[in-house]
Amino acid sequence: MSMPSVSSAASAPQAPEGWREITLGQAIREALAEEMRRDPRVLLLGEDVAEAGTPFKVLSGLVEEFGPERVIDTPISEAGFTGIGVGLAMTGMRPVVDIMFGDFLTLAMDQIVNQAAKVHYMSGGKLKVPLVVRTTLGATRRSAAQHSQSLHAWFSHVPGLKVVLPSTPYDAKGLLKTAIRDDNPVLFFEDKMMYQLKGLVPAGEYTIPFGVADIKREGSDLTIVATSSMVQVALAAASALEQLGISAEVIDPRTTSPLDKQTLIESARKTSRVIVVDEGYQSYGVTAEIAAVINEGAFYYLDAPVKRLGALDVPVPFSPVLEDLTVPTPDAVVEMARTLCGRA
Amino acid sequence: MVSEHITSSGERPLAFDEATRTRERQFWLGLYEQMLTIRLFEEQVNELYMSAKMPGLAHLYSGEEAVAVGVCAALRRDDYITSTHRGHGHCLAKGAAVDRMFAELLGKQPGYCRGKGGSMHIADQESGNLGANAIVGGSAGIATGAALSCKRRGSGQVVACFFGDGALGQGLLYEAMNMAALWQLPVIYVCENNLYNEYTPNRETTAGDMLARPRAFGIQTEEVDGQDVRAVYAAAVRLVERARRGEGPAYLQCNTYRFYGHHVGDIQRSYYRAREEEEWWKAQRDPLKILSSWLREQGLAEERHFAEIERRVRALIEAGVRFALEAPYPDPQEVAQHVYA
Ligand SMILES: Cc1ncc(C[n+]2csc(CCOP(=O)(O)OP(=O)(O)O)c2C)c(N)n1
Repeated sequence: MSMPSVSSAASAPQAPEGWREITLGQAIREALAEEMRRDPRVLLLGEDVAEAGTPFKVLSGLVEEFGPERVIDTPISEAGFTGIGVGLAMTGMRPVVDIMFGDFLTLAMDQIVNQAAKVHYMSGGKLKVPLVVRTTLGATRRSAAQHSQSLHAWFSHVPGLKVVLPSTPYDAKGLLKTAIRDDNPVLFFEDKMMYQLKGLVPAGEYTIPFGVADIKREGSDLTIVATSSMVQVALAAASALEQLGISAEVIDPRTTSPLDKQTLIESARKTSRVIVVDEGYQSYGVTAEIAAVINEGAFYYLDAPVKRLGALDVPVPFSPVLEDLTVPTPDAVVEMARTLCGRA
Repeated sequence: MVSEHITSSGERPLAFDEATRTRERQFWLGLYEQMLTIRLFEEQVNELYMSAKMPGLAHLYSGEEAVAVGVCAALRRDDYITSTHRGHGHCLAKGAAVDRMFAELLGKQPGYCRGKGGSMHIADQESGNLGANAIVGGSAGIATGAALSCKRRGSGQVVACFFGDGALGQGLLYEAMNMAALWQLPVIYVCENNLYNEYTPNRETTAGDMLARPRAFGIQTEEVDGQDVRAVYAAAVRLVERARRGEGPAYLQCNTYRFYGHHVGDIQRSYYRAREEEEWWKAQRDPLKILSSWLREQGLAEERHFAEIERRVRALIEAGVRFALEAPYPDPQEVAQHVYA
């Protein structure tokens, strides 16, 4: 099942029978509530997750339904409660740990990278860690360098972890349910600018498998691979490019680990030109990996080298004028596409 | 369980009929046998390492056997432990088999982790061992999470989290203890204070009173002679039963000593600890000697009992080493297995 359309696109189509429009924040909350009703082993823990429902209010109402035994406010102890999540997961529970801002993952690195990611392998397949770590990424909130980073590439680098980057309410709900049911540690990154993004979801139960990219828009002249909020940037760019007579295909990998290489390669073979857009730092980032995958799988079909657009390699600055320069914009994508297609 | 016949101080109760004496003898000789198993296991590890048959590093537990054995004797098989880089003793005391332990140390396929964990990462779900951990202090969160899981599931299980005094420098331990105390979790933090953090005496690394740290969280705290398995066991029984009743976490500091170096290759040790100090501990504070002398003094056991045990343990160790040396290495295709469940 694929999402019918992104509602923020200019001409919103009629919702199909039974589909509803909700925000990405609601999609996350619905996924958690449905999984908690379905499976009593699912627990939420993190800072201010209960009555406060997190600073983004994503979890509002859950403690009222499930009680403080299952929606657990922790001290400000990222390493501690992430480690507690690992121990819960190893002994029969299915914890969802909330790290308030993605930047604070640094405090829990040992527990995620050396503990959670390694347990299954080091135990020769005997122990499992069905842990979900939910956190944020994304700049453009004027939050400056310690609350704005997109660090998902780090975790995509570590075998044993899975990394999910939803870009729509539909994807967020279906992927989070899959994450909770997965027997592995999963890093689930939500762009904090996207909680209010609206989109259609079906009324009934559904999940989205990991490692399956979604073609968000079909096109024939150029492929734009984009993750998380950059999908919206890519779609906006694609609309602008259409005015210029350039048909852009927009592909959202949805999970960077596992990565759906096949869909990316096929699209590159079809269009012969590729731009990769991601909000992580450009150097050594997700854009580099995807570009390498496409070079390996579609080199002889390409008309030009794969182009990349990531965040500027600087700590994210506070001043709005400066901050806006650090993140890829639709204009930058359009500019790059025009050059790539020889329409500069 | 024999524990009901042992009072909290580890002393014999007054009524002491023959049946009780037999049970007492069997119980303490059982612990002696476990300690000797760890001791002789480690001797073999030393030999395997020195003869280049064992890859990687080996951190020997000799000298500290009373801690693992005393604590694990107070646990049920389905209770959990987490362990450390110096973990052979904990794994064996919790119920791991000698042959599969050796196999893991040699990187062989029948090892507990199919040769993927090695000395520092042995885990065994069946005996409640959530894993040795090569990150100092790294399992404090896991143990505390397992305790939260026990409480949530109402399983009545408890968790023992073993760590060295070096872990007192790690913040994770205090984050975990804070939550364990807030949420009254059934976890016992067992600090094996062997005086050294690798090559540095802990008086240079650890400020203030060690016991004041858990106490500050309102955690029940005890300190025992870690060379006396009776003292360790008695304290562990008290703390475990308390935790099982839902009365919350505890911290048990066992003062002990490692007879060998930090790892097998650590032979020149004079720059951080004196030979006389080592000799004193080995001569005066050997946990095996302390228990056997007591058993003899009480007239509970005599030479033939110890000789019989030694014969049995040596045979077990010998068979275990042979099993491991002859065991196959993992199939090369296993390298890519178990990355994901
Ligand atoms: C986080 C971390 N830092 C450093 C090391 C290297 N290291 C291994 S063992 C050790 C000393 C541990 O001392 P202690 O906790 O007292 O345990 P002991 O070896 O005395 O049993 C160190 C520093 C490590 N494994 N993990």
